[in-house]
Amino acid sequence: MKGETIDDRALVLDSDDTVATAIADLEAASSLSYNGRTIELTEPISFGHKVAMEPIPVGEPIRKYGAVIGTAAEAIEPGDWVHTHNCESNRGRGDTTAAGVSNR
Amino acid sequence: MPTFTGYRRESGRIGIRNRVVVLPVSVAASSIAERIAEQGGSSVVATPHQMGTSQGDAAREQTERVLVGTGQNPNVGAALVVGLGTEAIDATDLADEIAANGTPTEALSIRAAGGTKATVEAGTDLLKGLVGETDEARRESADASELVFGVECGGSDATSGIAANPAVGNACDRLVDDGGTASFSETPEFIGAEHILAERCVSEETRDLLLERVEHRESLADAMGVDMRGAQPSPGNQEGGLTTIEEKSLGAIAKGGTTPIRGLVEYAEQLPVGSGLVLMDTPGYDVESVVGKVAGGAQVIAFTTGRGSTTGNPIAPVIKVTGNPDTTTRMASNMDVDASTVLEGESVSSVGERIYRTLLSVADGTLTEAERRGMAEFAINEIQPRELAALGEPR
Repeated sequence: MKGETIDDRALVLDSDDTVATAIADLEAASSLSYNGRTIELTEPISFGHKVAMEPIPVGEPIRKYGAVIGTAAEAIEPGDWVHTHNCESNRGRGDTTAAGVSNR
Repeated sequence: MPTFTGYRRESGRIGIRNRVVVLPVSVAASSIAERIAEQGGSSVVATPHQMGTSQGDAAREQTERVLVGTGQNPNVGAALVVGLGTEAIDATDLADEIAANGTPTEALSIRAAGGTKATVEAGTDLLKGLVGETDEARRESADASELVFGVECGGSDATSGIAANPAVGNACDRLVDDGGTASFSETPEFIGAEHILAERCVSEETRDLLLERVEHRESLADAMGVDMRGAQPSPGNQEGGLTTIEEKSLGAIAKGGTTPIRGLVEYAEQLPVGSGLVLMDTPGYDVESVVGKVAGGAQVIAFTTGRGSTTGNPIAPVIKVTGNPDTTTRMASNMDVDASTVLEGESVSSVGERIYRTLLSVADGTLTEAERRGMAEFAINEIQPRELAALGEPR
């Protein structure tokens, strides 16, 4: 498998990534050891979902597969669940184009 | 060079199935086409669909291209075209276009034949002759380089981009190394990953065309003033852990493997044989996308699914690959290859080798789970009037 597995429970696909993907259902308050750091989960993360491995300030890019998958819609702390509630797509946004807002 | 056995057609191409297809020209002939096919035995399939009546020029031409391409697919030994008799696409003309590559083809008009009963009877008679002709075909040895392999994903989740897609991509790499053609499509699922694909294009022309098509798909959302997020990723994709279209795309493009991109063809346009990795510009809707590639000449499809899908195709065997351990167990009877082992440490290359072996075995005649269960979805993509009005016709 491409990337680095953490305790058979999560997977970081590229060394530049700021999120890991859970490959098991992870419980809140459990921890992941990565790059000599211990990241405590602030909430449960379901299989396939993402957990932040770094602090990501609001408006900053979120990286997976070594590429940008979206922008932080709020400040994200290590151990937070990263999904549609706090990670916004930058693409296919006819709504923002119509409103005259650039999201690129 | 790996080999398989298939049916050599007059066109020179090799089929891996020996089907007789009943093609309705329009929705108006779809039920009768199905009725006729039911009388024909196990090698006969129908392709009922919703198009072919009152379509504008561009949309009608696309419908025609899909029907001709489907009839000319090398898995088809003979074809019967059925029309009501009022369509802008004439059944006899369509049959002639299909027959141009040597495929034995007949045509029927429901009005001329005298209604349902008479058409089913006449169709059943014509089928007997066509089935008799195709029954004479025998399998002969062919090189893997003659395979055109379409790859598709549907019902994606986070495991798709981690396990199933890279494994299918590895099988594509193996086929391309052996001289064959692999094709992936679903242009909306290039959005956010097009910069990676663009770097892999062998020519400036292909690169520009790719970027233009991605821009076109994305601008549809702009033209309609809508946010794509409700549909891309779909609610099911989101439940499976995919957050944005960028994330979905970055996982989706892995299914094409890692070889250079040698070209990009239109929806249902012919995919060149022996040509490496070639993209097709299709919608993200999986059934229409599979149909486009099969009309483009793909004899076999690999379909990755995380959340589970049962989709097949009337003409081409569809090999299901899942990277989700839960789907592997829960939908075992619909899955052909388990790629969830990647999550337990099996290498992508090792799973890719299993998929490539499955591909050759299916080419050789082994039935896929979708074939065993009679899964044969067929749908033709329609160019939307709003799409034409907003942007002009794609060239």
